Amino acid sequence: MGARGTAIGLRIAQAIPVLFGVIVISFLLTRALPGDPAAQFAGAMATPESIEQVRTSLGLDKPLVQQFGLYLGQLARGDLGQSVSTGQPVVSELASRLPASLELTLFALILSCAVAIPLGVLAATRPGSWVDQLCRLLVTAGVSLPTFFTGIMLVYVFYYLLGIAPSPLGRLDFIYLDPPHVTGFFLIDAALAGDWETWFGALRQLILPGVTLALFTLAPIARMTRAAMLSALSADYVRTARAAGLAPRKVLYGYAFRNALLPVVTTLGMVFSFVLGANVLVEKVFAWPGIGSYAVEALVVSDYAAVQGFVLSMALLFVLLNLLIDLAYSVIDPRFGTSAK
Amino acid sequence: MSTTRRTFLKTGAAITAMPFIHALPAAAGSGDTLVAVTAQTINSLDLHRTGTNRASYAVAINCYDRLVTFGTKEAPGGGLSYDYATLEPELAESWTISDDGMVITFTLKDATFQDGSPVTAEDVKWSFDRAVTVGGFPTVQMKAGGLERPDQFEAVDAKTFVVKLDRPSKLSLPDLAVPVPFIINATLAKANATADDPWAMEYLHKNTIGSGAYKVTRWDAGQQLVYERNESWVGGPVPSYARVIMREVPSAATQRALVERGDVQVAFDIPDKDAAELADKLTVYSTPVENCIHTLCLNTIFEPFRDTNVRKAIAAVVPYEAIFQAAAYGRGAPLWGGPAEITDTAWPRKSPYATDPATAQEFVAASAYPDGFETTLSIATDLASWMEPAALLIQEAVAKIGITVELEKIPGANWRTASLVEKRLPMHLENFGGWLNTPDYYFFWAYQKDHLFNSSNYFNEEVEALTNETLHMAMDDPEYAPKIKRMFEIAFEDLPRIPLYQPALNVAVNGASGYEFWFHRQLDIRSLSPASA
Repeated sequence: MGARGTAIGLRIAQAIPVLFGVIVISFLLTRALPGDPAAQFAGAMATPESIEQVRTSLGLDKPLVQQFGLYLGQLARGDLGQSVSTGQPVVSELASRLPASLELTLFALILSCAVAIPLGVLAATRPGSWVDQLCRLLVTAGVSLPTFFTGIMLVYVFYYLLGIAPSPLGRLDFIYLDPPHVTGFFLIDAALAGDWETWFGALRQLILPGVTLALFTLAPIARMTRAAMLSALSADYVRTARAAGLAPRKVLYGYAFRNALLPVVTTLGMVFSFVLGANVLVEKVFAWPGIGSYAVEALVVSDYAAVQGFVLSMALLFVLLNLLIDLAYSVIDPRFGTSAK
Repeated sequence: MSTTRRTFLKTGAAITAMPFIHALPAAAGSGDTLVAVTAQTINSLDLHRTGTNRASYAVAINCYDRLVTFGTKEAPGGGLSYDYATLEPELAESWTISDDGMVITFTLKDATFQDGSPVTAEDVKWSFDRAVTVGGFPTVQMKAGGLERPDQFEAVDAKTFVVKLDRPSKLSLPDLAVPVPFIINATLAKANATADDPWAMEYLHKNTIGSGAYKVTRWDAGQQLVYERNESWVGGPVPSYARVIMREVPSAATQRALVERGDVQVAFDIPDKDAAELADKLTVYSTPVENCIHTLCLNTIFEPFRDTNVRKAIAAVVPYEAIFQAAAYGRGAPLWGGPAEITDTAWPRKSPYATDPATAQEFVAASAYPDGFETTLSIATDLASWMEPAALLIQEAVAKIGITVELEKIPGANWRTASLVEKRLPMHLENFGGWLNTPDYYFFWAYQKDHLFNSSNYFNEEVEALTNETLHMAMDDPEYAPKIKRMFEIAFEDLPRIPLYQPALNVAVNGASGYEFWFHRQLDIRSLSPASA
């Protein structure tokens, strides 16, 4: 356990220079954006004087080094600054929007894994069968349909034509109250409060955007599961296990699947990160109050604090995610942290 | 616990009192609650704050009173519109103007703020002081009406408020009816002010403390805004809806599905394309925006465009009708092919140019560039819905007279800097609409040297003089009309801006009535009522 603990500690320590780098780069990149936030925020009828007034009030008239110093000071106090375009502290915006995006993304990923992993395993064990063909069809459809198109199609069919889906108006319909805020995940918060009516309402709203994203993420997971299973099934240790007369179920799940999981988990990490990005369009279609649309809008109007806060929180999230994936390795692969890795 | 809270809400016992209320969609149809969707984000409840966006002006309109407001008239394109020609009392009961036009004395109505305290002239003074002091947009807008310093405002007694002007101006009273000079509960605001924040910017950013028709009871930034009716509003007839929910729905396709199915009553500010298609099924109001023009601007400090004949040649070759159909789906009002002679002061007006390639060739031949030239046509990516089709059609058309145009797309915040602040784009598309609906006000912003919307760097001494003379002059002054007509003549002769069309504000309505168009292009919820009423 000692070697494993050290390896994990080392992973965490590696995150610190990464985060500092992200802080410096996001600060410099936002300043390098071509737009002038003072001109943007001075409003429709700005005069040169009023633009200067705004520049001073936003602290943009100070030298870059001093601005960076002030920014670091703010960060040390846990303050990500105030977004000019939304008028809210960036921290509270992120706190309310990040869970919305994460809930949607995780829901979609779970949905997608629940379909893709069994499908991949089945396709690998029966190459060329109808399951394999179905897997190929789904994978092709999933990659080739853009998320916003799938989203609009689902809204059109299930909400507009059939009327069985709830109105695509964000996380909850008007009938429901937001559950008391604990984690920001409506499904968890509603369950904690024992409010199953709201829980069901939140689930209903999640289904269409969740399916949209799940269709999109199905492809890489199913493909990777199939490929990893195929290579595991043809490996020597599986042949040995079979030759030793182990039960087929034991061979398949105990040896082949466990080894195939490593690349699948790696893929899951990558899929998670690009789905968080791909979220933007789905969030727009379903009026989902997530982080994607927030970041895009902040970028368009050169809202420095919001962009930096977004980049920083994403960096934190990914450092955390990679750590989690490494930890998952350590569970799946007993060699983790030993010199033999 | 929350189940019992909802049961309590469902009984309706808390309809007016609970700040966290959500209406049942069924109740939305019953006439008590209106649900409206828009793609815009409201980013503050306080218009005076730096960075407050256009969508937020709706809060100033619906939750606060001004001293005066505009009347109502029939709008072109159906429905109602504000009427710039009539001023009506809102918080002021009456007003008098001194003979020299320098002092306006208001008598206030017996109104109360939403916390029950009476509205006094001191509140009005504090609110006006705030607007002229905080800087940025509110201060600039106040200045347009000649309201620049706190010492111009005086609270004589509880019911009498006096504005002293430096010079008489026809813009002063209308400027008090725009969203900016809204009346705040000064006592409550001061109670929440700090030494660093004497104008209570933080508090007002999140609270509406006015005497207006509604108050905001819930604001989830980026998601929704919930208005509750003020039962004791005296600024006008008490509105029909007890509650109005504004939901943000960025996707136009989703907005359409919602309003078509009747789950929401109003889809506000929808794209021209959707408006054109929805018009067969629902009530769609497409009101041409007053004093607003989409223009093709030719920057007069760049070489080929210093030549008047080049500018006229371009004006004669622009495919106006095709642009109007492709970029606006025929929504709005054409601004080309007008009479050559100017006989009235109507604005926006049709330019005397129309698509006429033969004439364009003549102008090119007469110019210093008979063989044409190359230039760049710039557009903003966030306004691409109208700029892109317009730019492509212009590119194609000017090629016929030997002008090779390269399209340049400039993103978001940078567009504003490049086009309006630095004014460094040779040929570009632009639109400007003035709140104070007179031609001289438009000229002040768009044709005077160095002014923000003069993105063509236009300068003409006579236009400068005429604009300055007419800006504050009363419209019934005998000198007014001739000077304005002269301004128009020069503008169409010099042609730094080629008018294309007047854009429309599109609103689809399903199950509500009483929609009224306003110059600020935000939804005024006060006049809306259920369709059956």
